[in-house]
Amino acid sequence: MEFGFTTAAYVVAAVLFILSLGGLSGQESAKRAVWYGIVGMGLAVLATLIGPGSGLWILSVILVIAGGAIGYQLATRVQMTQMPELVAAMHSLVGLAAVFVGFNAHFEIANVHETLLNPNYDAAQFGTFAALIAKKTAVEINILRVELFLGIFIGAVTFTGSVIAYGKLAGRVNSSAAKLPGGHVLNAGAAGLSLICLIWYFSTGGFLPLFVMTLCALFIGYHLIMGIGGADMPVVVSMLNSYSGWAAAAIGFSLGNDLLIVVGALVGSSGAILSYIMCKAMNRSFVSVILGGFGGPAGEQMAVEGEQIAIEADGVAAALNEADSVIIIPGYGMAVAQAQQAVSELVKKLRAQGKNVRFAIHPVAGRLPGHMNVLLAEAKVPYDIVMEMDEINEDFPDTDVAIVIGSNDIVNPAAQDDPNSPIAGMPVLECWKAKTVFVSKRGQGTGYSGIENPLFFKENTRMFYGDAKASLDKLLPLID
Amino acid sequence: MKIGTPKEIFEGENRVAMTPESALQLQKLGHDCVIETGAGLAAGFADAAYKEAGVEVVKTAAALWKAADVVAKVRVPSDAEMKRLRDGQTLISFFSPVADEARMNQAAEKGATVVAMEMIPRISRAQKMDALSSMANIAGYRAVIEAGNNFGRFFTGQITAAGKVPPAKVLVVGAGVAGLAAIGTSTSLGAITYAFDVRPEVAEQVESMGAEFVYLDFEEEQQDGSASGGYASVSSPEFREAQLAKFRELAPDVDIVITTALIPNREAPELWTEDMVKSMKPGSVIVDLAAEKGGNCKLTVPDQKIVTDNGVTIIGYTDFPSRMATQASTLYATNIRHLMTDLTPEKDGVINHNMEDDVIRGATIAHAKAVTFPPPPPKVAAIAAAPKKEKPKELTREEKAAQEVAAFKAQTRNQVTLLAIGGALLLAVGLVAPASFMQHFIVFVLAVFVGFQVIWGVAHSLHTPLMAVTNAISSIIILGALMQLGSSSAIVVILAALSVFMCGINIFGGFLVTRRMLAMFQKS
Repeated sequence: MEFGFTTAAYVVAAVLFILSLGGLSGQESAKRAVWYGIVGMGLAVLATLIGPGSGLWILSVILVIAGGAIGYQLATRVQMTQMPELVAAMHSLVGLAAVFVGFNAHFEIANVHETLLNPNYDAAQFGTFAALIAKKTAVEINILRVELFLGIFIGAVTFTGSVIAYGKLAGRVNSSAAKLPGGHVLNAGAAGLSLICLIWYFSTGGFLPLFVMTLCALFIGYHLIMGIGGADMPVVVSMLNSYSGWAAAAIGFSLGNDLLIVVGALVGSSGAILSYIMCKAMNRSFVSVILGGFGGPAGEQMAVEGEQIAIEADGVAAALNEADSVIIIPGYGMAVAQAQQAVSELVKKLRAQGKNVRFAIHPVAGRLPGHMNVLLAEAKVPYDIVMEMDEINEDFPDTDVAIVIGSNDIVNPAAQDDPNSPIAGMPVLECWKAKTVFVSKRGQGTGYSGIENPLFFKENTRMFYGDAKASLDKLLPLID
Repeated sequence: MKIGTPKEIFEGENRVAMTPESALQLQKLGHDCVIETGAGLAAGFADAAYKEAGVEVVKTAAALWKAADVVAKVRVPSDAEMKRLRDGQTLISFFSPVADEARMNQAAEKGATVVAMEMIPRISRAQKMDALSSMANIAGYRAVIEAGNNFGRFFTGQITAAGKVPPAKVLVVGAGVAGLAAIGTSTSLGAITYAFDVRPEVAEQVESMGAEFVYLDFEEEQQDGSASGGYASVSSPEFREAQLAKFRELAPDVDIVITTALIPNREAPELWTEDMVKSMKPGSVIVDLAAEKGGNCKLTVPDQKIVTDNGVTIIGYTDFPSRMATQASTLYATNIRHLMTDLTPEKDGVINHNMEDDVIRGATIAHAKAVTFPPPPPKVAAIAAAPKKEKPKELTREEKAAQEVAAFKAQTRNQVTLLAIGGALLLAVGLVAPASFMQHFIVFVLAVFVGFQVIWGVAHSLHTPLMAVTNAISSIIILGALMQLGSSSAIVVILAALSVFMCGINIFGGFLVTRRMLAMFQKS
């Protein structure tokens, strides 16, 4: 069972995948890079179908096409604001697939074991994977068990975690941090039980420990993500992304497939780096995000003085007509209200008057890394006026008007002023340094993290209450 | 206490130190008010108005000086008035203590207390009594009005059916209170206004009033106004040269020059020289607000308006506030009233001359038979010193090189440590694991390494597409499912089939959605 062609195709596919990720360093090269990824995937599947997976290839092709049809529907119908949900849902599929493949590997081992005990076995009846197993020594089988055990564990955590993340992002599960009584002790208990199962499985090779472990892992995935609050969702999604990669890598080990290992490692490290970037942007350690929710405040929070001053559309319009430079800070609220088209329209009008209009994007704005960029791109906002936090933060003092649309914690001055604030030390967009700040906001409530925002009480801040889209639609005709 | 105001003796002085309105306020402090008949007439306040306000009107100056415990007036007291000053009496007035040492001694000998209005320190708390500022404000405004009166054109530029009118160009020298008032008035009349001051920190104030600040090409560190209580001080000869050169350049171009440059207790510096006057266009106007102290232009004749041979009008009036007597009296009387408020802290009509108080101490030049001039420096600085900006130290080439070497060394150390730990771990795994596992393990480690190298380069804005792509390619797990599909066991086939199906969704969905997103990113 040497498949020289398949191995060669895998090498090419691995290179294409690496190029596909590397190409995402720029908007233009990214468009080419996706094709690398698609070709790589096509090549890998084709090579497998021709080579080791040729058993029931007609069924395989039918299944892939059926799945593809659903995928196509999903991809074309999804709203850009629903990207976080879609990504989370897809993670859950990878996780579940990993669990199934892991189980299969276990069954195959058992099968092969039994067959080998029968002295009159016929090697030809094995599938390709079984044939591979049959050749392994006892030590190798043990290692194989550890690998598939890990694969199933990570896959199961990814599955329930992603389902919960999807539920939270789609608004079907209450998005605030919630834990069962017992909190992390439950997680630790489940993890400990899984470890015991590993030793049990290692020594017996039975199905029961595997099954118990799967239940534990499913519970951990569920409970871990339930305990993480809404503002931490970008970290959660990228973390699950990472997990799905590691699950694929672990399965790759157990199947002895290098391409799976390579791709799994690529995805795993990519997700890990994204999580790191997100955590850094919130000035939180990865562990504290994983352990869930914003902890209670470290001490008495600074009292907020002053009052929120409301303003109507004509006031905002007057200020915008006067202004020379405008910075818009979008947040999750813009995505919720589907206001990106209205924002784009506003920007077009303002730019037509020769004003300098730019966007300031905080790394954790929205519920997914890069969420705002995608929404703005959808609304045809040119990407060269969309700036990162570090590029634009110093420009606020020279800015006439800053418009905050549906963001809260990322513009909270308490992160700098109040050492007791739960978000103290988190880098924020210093929009309050602009001459005037308009905050488009539904009502007077606090943000996702539940922290009072002193920005809303500043003297140069005006609150523009109402649904972001409705507010902007009111505003648009007033801009000359 | 009885507060009295005599009629100003100085010829042409129209102001008065008490108005009916200020008298009402003074009475609220528990004081009685008395005024010499006709004192407010020139400023538009009739005796009847004072009487109505409850002020006692006395016939003669002598009677007033006798009746009043506190005498408030505007101009420096004359010799006759000094004679009337008596023991225990308080005199509040402009006094020019530097020039009039003899008078000051005289007052001290008599045992009178003298508060000189020009000595009120320039601190925030004392602004309400700062008569120099309130009078300078009027002078600045009036200077522009006088200039306009003698200037044959509009201030503002106009294009009319009858032809085009160029806007007037006004240069204001010295951006103190008078200067800023002049700038404000002139810009609001529509003139193109330039302003100059030796204190560069006022540039912002000048620009805020709508004028253009004239900067000098001068290297030397310019003076910091906060060191001299917010007033200008004497500048170096080199600086003066640079300044004059700039003015010479501007002179042929400007229509109206308003000079307000004064240095406390000194003769006014000469800033507008004869040759500049000669180079000005006929019909131009110079208003010299420093005329009383010798003038910023040497051709200025105090209290007069002259016209030079080349048709330039030079106005040297020294009585601008007095020319707007009603306004000036109202402001001055209010300054006096605020001072009295500070002198009667209990509001019971009893004066508590608190020599510990910065403002009162600073303004008092004679008290308890002693001359108390000059006062010690006030405890509160007039304006906050501008923090000196320190330039970041320029690193020499050697230092830079050394830094780079150090950074490189640290980096090397980090990398070597990481590599050593990683290598040791790999070796440890290799010791126990069989060769077939190690083969895959090496691939895994290398892939993680490549992943880390590649992902750091991904643009922030493309993080969502990155997640969608990684999602799609993590469905590579389909390969495992495909291989298992050929199994003989039914359950394996079912599970594998399900996996293939789900991965199919993911692969197509992931790649398509990525393409959709990327297609949206456009350059402007």
